[in-house]
Amino acid sequence: MSKLTRRDFMRLSGGGIAAGTASVTGLAAAAGHGVRQGGVTLPYPRVTLVAAREVQVGVPHGFAYPDPHSPCVLLRIGYPVPGGIGPDADLVAHSTMCTHMGCIVTYDAAARTLKCPCHFSIFDPEKGGQQVCGQATENLPRIVLEYQPADDSIAAVAVDGLLYGRQANIL
Amino acid sequence: MSTPRDRIPLPPPDAEKSLMTCHFCIVGCGYHVYKWPENREGGRAPDENALGLDFRKQLGPLAVTMTPAMHNVVTGDNGRRYNVMVLPDKACVVNQGLSSTRGGQLASVMYNGHGASANRLTHPRLFTGDDWHDTTWDQALAVYAGVTKGVLDEHGSDGVFFNCFDHGGAGGGFEDTWATGKLMFSAIRTKMVRIHNRPAYNSECHASRDMGIGELNNSYEDAQVADVIWSIGNNPYETQTNYFLAHWLPNLQGATLEKKRNWFPGETAGRGKVIFVDPRRTPSVAVAEQAAGKANVLHLDINPGTDIALFNGLLTHVVEQGWHDDRFIKDHTTGFEKARAANRMSLEQTSRITGVPVAKLRKAAEWSYKAKRSGHRPRAMHAYEKGIIWGNDNYHIQVSLVDLVLATHNVGRRGTGVVRMGGHQEGYARPPYPGPRPAPYIDQELMKGKGKMLTVWACNAFQTTCNAERYREAVVRRANRVREAMAQARGSGTETLVDAVLDAVNRKGGLFIASVDLYPTKFALAGHLMLPGAHPGERNLTSMNGERRLRLSEKFMEPPGSAKADALIAADMANALKELYQKAGDEEMARRFAGFEWQTEEDAFNDGFRQPEGIDSQGGGTGGMVTYARLRAMGNNGVQLPVKAFRDGRLIGTEMHYTDGKFDTSDGRAHFKESPWQGLLKPVAKQKEKYRFWINNGRSNHIWQTAYHDRYMAFRRGRYPMAYVEINPEDAAGLGVESGDIVDIHNDYGSVVAMAYLEPDIKRSQVFMLFAYPFGVAGDVTTEAVDENVVPYYKGTWADIRRVGRMDDYKATVSFRSRRYT
Ligand code: FES
Repeated sequence: MSKLTRRDFMRLSGGGIAAGTASVTGLAAAAGHGVRQGGVTLPYPRVTLVAAREVQVGVPHGFAYPDPHSPCVLLRIGYPVPGGIGPDADLVAHSTMCTHMGCIVTYDAAARTLKCPCHFSIFDPEKGGQQVCGQATENLPRIVLEYQPADDSIAAVAVDGLLYGRQANIL
Repeated sequence: MSTPRDRIPLPPPDAEKSLMTCHFCIVGCGYHVYKWPENREGGRAPDENALGLDFRKQLGPLAVTMTPAMHNVVTGDNGRRYNVMVLPDKACVVNQGLSSTRGGQLASVMYNGHGASANRLTHPRLFTGDDWHDTTWDQALAVYAGVTKGVLDEHGSDGVFFNCFDHGGAGGGFEDTWATGKLMFSAIRTKMVRIHNRPAYNSECHASRDMGIGELNNSYEDAQVADVIWSIGNNPYETQTNYFLAHWLPNLQGATLEKKRNWFPGETAGRGKVIFVDPRRTPSVAVAEQAAGKANVLHLDINPGTDIALFNGLLTHVVEQGWHDDRFIKDHTTGFEKARAANRMSLEQTSRITGVPVAKLRKAAEWSYKAKRSGHRPRAMHAYEKGIIWGNDNYHIQVSLVDLVLATHNVGRRGTGVVRMGGHQEGYARPPYPGPRPAPYIDQELMKGKGKMLTVWACNAFQTTCNAERYREAVVRRANRVREAMAQARGSGTETLVDAVLDAVNRKGGLFIASVDLYPTKFALAGHLMLPGAHPGERNLTSMNGERRLRLSEKFMEPPGSAKADALIAADMANALKELYQKAGDEEMARRFAGFEWQTEEDAFNDGFRQPEGIDSQGGGTGGMVTYARLRAMGNNGVQLPVKAFRDGRLIGTEMHYTDGKFDTSDGRAHFKESPWQGLLKPVAKQKEKYRFWINNGRSNHIWQTAYHDRYMAFRRGRYPMAYVEINPEDAAGLGVESGDIVDIHNDYGSVVAMAYLEPDIKRSQVFMLFAYPFGVAGDVTTEAVDENVVPYYKGTWADIRRVGRMDDYKATVSFRSRRYT
């Protein structure tokens, strides 16, 4: 496995996206939910998921984040991947709501991809959720994870990318 | 990144709402554009946003498509900024609320001054010796008209060459085909024109038309009720996505049984079956197997270029079985017996040539042509696209196919049709082409030194033509002579500059190149003048889709800088030439350039499409019934051309052609033609003898056309930083190649680089390369082979492959997982 540069990771996580996304000045006030004062990030909760050692290669671990209505999946890839965390830098998590129209993607352990049954979009969790083929216009949102070596725990701390069917990731 | 990607502003209930037909592929999905001031936002409650959706809770699956790519902030009149959101229209019968990965980015491609759009041409640009500089329209037109007049006066019409679009959608539309057509064919009167994607002025469907059948003869709804759909040289999941998803898929899944029973009472009805003809197992084959079950999908994976043998063998077999329609053949066609005799081929012979087992051939014929249990003839729709259009002898493949379709009466009945699937949308209205058939092979004429000036209009042969490497070389060499002359004349005024250009083209073999486009294209490598066009949303535009459905895309913002609708650029050129001739006292020439006094693109629509007398128009003779206002009232469903009537405020269109058994020939009968199997076209056969790999090439769902927008989009460029080439893993191992390696593909014609993408579904000794991409031009290794009407065999070339080396960046950031859903 080649080593991942910071630039690779930025690209995979959407850094340098070309088209303009919204300027969201005033959004918090209008919608009545909280962007932290002085900050540009939504108030994502920190949710402890599971101990890293309990996640097996090829066995998806389902969870919900940032709230119970947003299904996600935690995967152990088995080798280091961009954005991977944990002792082997191989744990990644994604929303399972397809960015096209919100059907639930499932992990195909043989193909090593997340696949949507509705219009057949395919996403690669080993490449930051990149759309392999299909109809979405966005890669699969990545759940930002943190790893605590002290207790081997994994926590979800943010979402990179807009979750399907929401105006903002925090309801 | 300072811009959050986890929120999106909602349109307020009073957001302006306008019509937009997706300007990318042929399907033409309906969208709505919402536009509202930047400093306002809709709320989450259903009555607080224009979508009427409740964003206070998580929306369920399939409720909406609304992604960051569907939003943008653009600058409007008076410098005020507006949010725009472009969302698929659930009430549009074409896409029914679906968006594809291409159409989903309609908002992203609008000009906002930064990101991708910062690459747009915003003003005319002139090459001034060693670089490009913005200039005024006045100077740009003075140069263009001055050079054109000089060439016309010295060499006549045939000194003026064009590479020009002839389609709908972006870089096209009825307004612009008319305006450019009137300029080229009525005013300049040149026959030295090639179309955007092929090296001559010809049809991609001459054979079908000669036999009496226009190539767009059914409706998308027919695919819902067909018993069998043939998908021939066509990958609809990737390239006509929402036609496939909204109309084919429900049939394959059995969801249209009710409709079949209603439409065809007493007929056996079952879930649809699909037959793919393609040497490659495409993503569409994989998706169809998922949706319909393997038992309902047949893949006839023919040897490259053997389509003619396939259809001839099937025709022979069908007639032997007595599955042809004697009555229809007798009453409505001519030439059946002769064609049958000429095309005769046994199934065994067919199998030997095509490589498809006899049993599979029999099964395909049985599914499609043997009477159903109820005794009715099956309804088999035959859809084809570039696999045969750019195949081994376009004309004769189509003859063989249409012969089979006619013999089995699979045209003019609902649930049938022999149709091209299409690439771009259509939008053709032009004065008749003044040249012969076959038309001159324009690329070769240029390479031979013919032509003094070339206007490249909304297309890019440097990336898309065959034998592209040699073509580029020749054109750049000739253009450089003009560049040198321009460098010498720098600073001495427009008239001197024009004289210098004329001297270079008259005496030094130079070629002056002007290009009209949204962006600087690869022609900026060679050109001398660039003029900025506008695309849908920045101007009004009409096009029709693959079922002849005409819609209006409405202007909702100004084009950037001084860019303008292409129709008005053509008018500017004509008016500038008229003035030059008037000044020179040449009234006769001045009159040729008259009739371009248009203020808006609607004036061009009214001048062409609405006055079809004596012109070639896809609107037929009734275009006059259509107005912008009437079309606007028809919304995203528009009207299917030709229009039959205007009644009660509605335009009434045509769903299917030839239902009365009358065809487009002088005697009203469809004409069978002969088309015996002849093997591969010579230049291609020669490469095949020398080189190991068949270099198949075509499209991917992510990339539209030449990637003129997509090349700047991180989502797409990140996926394909270089044209990919799918290669069988065992072949790759033999070459020492892994996914993400750069390979060099080379033969007698040239060489091209590509990014290796290992794919087990690809056969040994065959590869598939992304076509027309700026980063790795597949056409660099295709041959000059064309059919009798100068339609190229882009799909067929053979070459060898060698590894260049490993690209860590590609390996780390690009997915090489299978693109096939299994
Ligand atoms: S909802 Fe996943 S592909 Fe459409």
